[in-house]
Amino acid sequence: MIRKSFFGFVKPRIEYALLSDQHLNIVEIPDPKSINLLVDGPFNPGEATLLKEGDTVKTGQKLAPSTEKDAYAISPVTGTVTSISSYAGDFGKFYTAVSIDVSDQEEFDDQFETACVETTLPVARNYLTQLPGKLPLNFFNDSEKPINTIVIYGGDNDLLVTTNQYIVKSRTDDLKHGIRILNQISDVDHIIMAIPGEFLQGYGHIGAEVKNVPIEYPAANPFMIMKDTLGRIVPAGRQSEDLGVCFITAEAVAALGSAFQNGQIPVSKLMTVVGKNGDQQLVSARIGTPISHIFDTLGITLSEKDRIILGGPMTGASVWSEDYPVMPDTSALMVQDKEMIPYVSDYPCINCGECIRICPVYIPINMLVRFLEAGHYEEAADQYDLYSCIECGLCSFVCPSKIPIFQFIRLAKYELGRVNSAEEAHG
Amino acid sequence: MDKAKKFIVSHAPFWHNGNSVNERYYHIMIAALPAVLLGIKQYGIPAVGVVALSVSSAILWELAMNYLTHRPITIADGNAALIGLLFAMAVPATMPWWAVLTGTFICVVIGKHIFGGIGSNAFNPVVLAVAMVMVSWKDLFDFDGALLNYDLDMVMAYPLAAVKHFGVGAIESFSTADLLLGRQSGGIGATFGLGLILGGIYLIIRGFIRWEISVSFLLGVFLTAWIFNLAAPDRFAGPTFHLLTGYTLIGAFFLATEDSSSPVNFIPMLIYGAAGGVLTVLIRNIGAHVDGVVYAILTINLVNPLLDKIRPKAVGKVV
Ligand code: SF4
Ligand code: SF4
Repeated sequence: MIRKSFFGFVKPRIEYALLSDQHLNIVEIPDPKSINLLVDGPFNPGEATLLKEGDTVKTGQKLAPSTEKDAYAISPVTGTVTSISSYAGDFGKFYTAVSIDVSDQEEFDDQFETACVETTLPVARNYLTQLPGKLPLNFFNDSEKPINTIVIYGGDNDLLVTTNQYIVKSRTDDLKHGIRILNQISDVDHIIMAIPGEFLQGYGHIGAEVKNVPIEYPAANPFMIMKDTLGRIVPAGRQSEDLGVCFITAEAVAALGSAFQNGQIPVSKLMTVVGKNGDQQLVSARIGTPISHIFDTLGITLSEKDRIILGGPMTGASVWSEDYPVMPDTSALMVQDKEMIPYVSDYPCINCGECIRICPVYIPINMLVRFLEAGHYEEAADQYDLYSCIECGLCSFVCPSKIPIFQFIRLAKYELGRVNSAEEAHG
Repeated sequence: MDKAKKFIVSHAPFWHNGNSVNERYYHIMIAALPAVLLGIKQYGIPAVGVVALSVSSAILWELAMNYLTHRPITIADGNAALIGLLFAMAVPATMPWWAVLTGTFICVVIGKHIFGGIGSNAFNPVVLAVAMVMVSWKDLFDFDGALLNYDLDMVMAYPLAAVKHFGVGAIESFSTADLLLGRQSGGIGATFGLGLILGGIYLIIRGFIRWEISVSFLLGVFLTAWIFNLAAPDRFAGPTFHLLTGYTLIGAFFLATEDSSSPVNFIPMLIYGAAGGVLTVLIRNIGAHVDGVVYAILTINLVNPLLDKIRPKAVGKVV
């Protein structure tokens, strides 16, 4: 954990981890006995389904639980479906959970292999959105919001995480191939490869314009990359896609390259595991692997009241069960000992101004929190720049009153979003 | 499921840099200690009595308010104790017990809680209380009269009163070294210039107060006093004298910097501090009062909410 320095008047400088030699050996996590997949959208037992308990599935097979929705997962293993149920996530999100018992004999599904002779957007959409690192293909070919620039980020937007840096370093050929395919299927010519720190050499031939991103947190936040690297400011409340810029992780691009090259959908996810004392280890595991299996393999023991975090220390999400699976976009797993968990409080804002000094986008947080605590979200948005927040978490990190400011902000955005969509629906 | 381990689920960020409210207030008290200790050394047991009564009564008022308003008990955060300590520092060692109790009552109950509690007070509670006690019982703050019975090894005239009533000639007996080392009469913890400066620098380095406010306040005092002194050297004392006498230093480092009644944005902090400094000297030199710090701070507290509207535009703000 990063502590405040003795010299409290200087703005703390917090840096992303840079890949070093000690991270280079990857632990391959052996296949677990069973895996879980979470597919977007709730499971309605009455609905016509393409998948039922007892079905056998092959590695790389597309699993779409509902005929009515596009959402699907790719089976990362060969085995038998043992259960299909509904799962409730954060902020009112629902998933369909599919459990699969892994069998010893691995067989590969060949649908994609047949389909991938054509390098087109529909083929990619049909099979590859759930690649490791997640491929946001829904943004392409949208006539209302055309995408004209793709930014591939070769780093991660949280502290201690080195997953994507490793991909950039070790899988240059896949990346290069992926960039070519991306260009073909999306028709976007302007592809930027953004790399953390100063290591610009050696990427001249990669087929993208290479730019470097500072290593001071939160420079890798998409909004900050837009502002500082591309020189474009995303208006409050909008996304970079509204300006025609789409962000994709290096891992997804490398997986895309490898998928078309080998005719096989990659199903292993690279992750940075951060142990209780902050040491980092890169691991590779099948998507859907229960995180407890990864901890067991690494010899990390968890006790009651510890905390498990998917993602990094600033922006991750904690989960309540160690059965939670590795998701296509899980870039890091972190465990925190119960002794190390900072508490939050309902102590009021003392107007100390620490948050003002650190907020990268100049939000008047000392005023904002007062409105958020009182539930006055509209004023918070209209007068105190709620929607400018880029969700970096730094304000909560420094607040001496330990106000969960960042959580208040997310909650406010979510609540306002609900109100607005309800208003739209009812005219 | 019973056997499953229970994990702590909460929201990002999962790290905190260790800042805390308690740490802040305890350190401000530590920084104030040298000045208080010198006051105690000079004025003896009566000073100990005032400090002890002031701190403990402030804590008890806070506790009473916690019970009355059915809020969590907050006396451990150090804020009430700090308020009590600062009040004691501003008053003479001879302050009677009932005036101390009234003062801390005004600080904690009126200045802090009636305004909405910590973080919501519009005025610095201590300054508000000093001003109210001063207005109500003028003689209590007449340092010359109050400290009449003390004959310490120094000039026992209150420097600001001397210069106000008798002109610059009357203060030749004060050397800068005297003022820095606390050889002047005044509030229990307000006269030890060096101690206050060191405490202030410590707080600035550690980030417990906002340096912009202290520095601009002192600059405001310095420049205004300098201009007055240039214009009429025989009527107005020089800048160093103004920096080291009265409440200037305790004001710059401990009072004007109070979190809730001061701005947090850069430009507003500079204006706020400078305005406080300028007003201080204006009141001292051409106003009705001997010292101007208290009214200057109340005035800048009053305009703080307006000042703090001057802030950088949030990135992405659509106008
Ligand atoms: S999370 Fe906090 S510090 Fe970060 S942009 Fe939002 S308000 Fe500013
Ligand atoms: S850091 Fe916390 S206590 Fe300080 S001004 Fe910001 S919200 Fe208030």
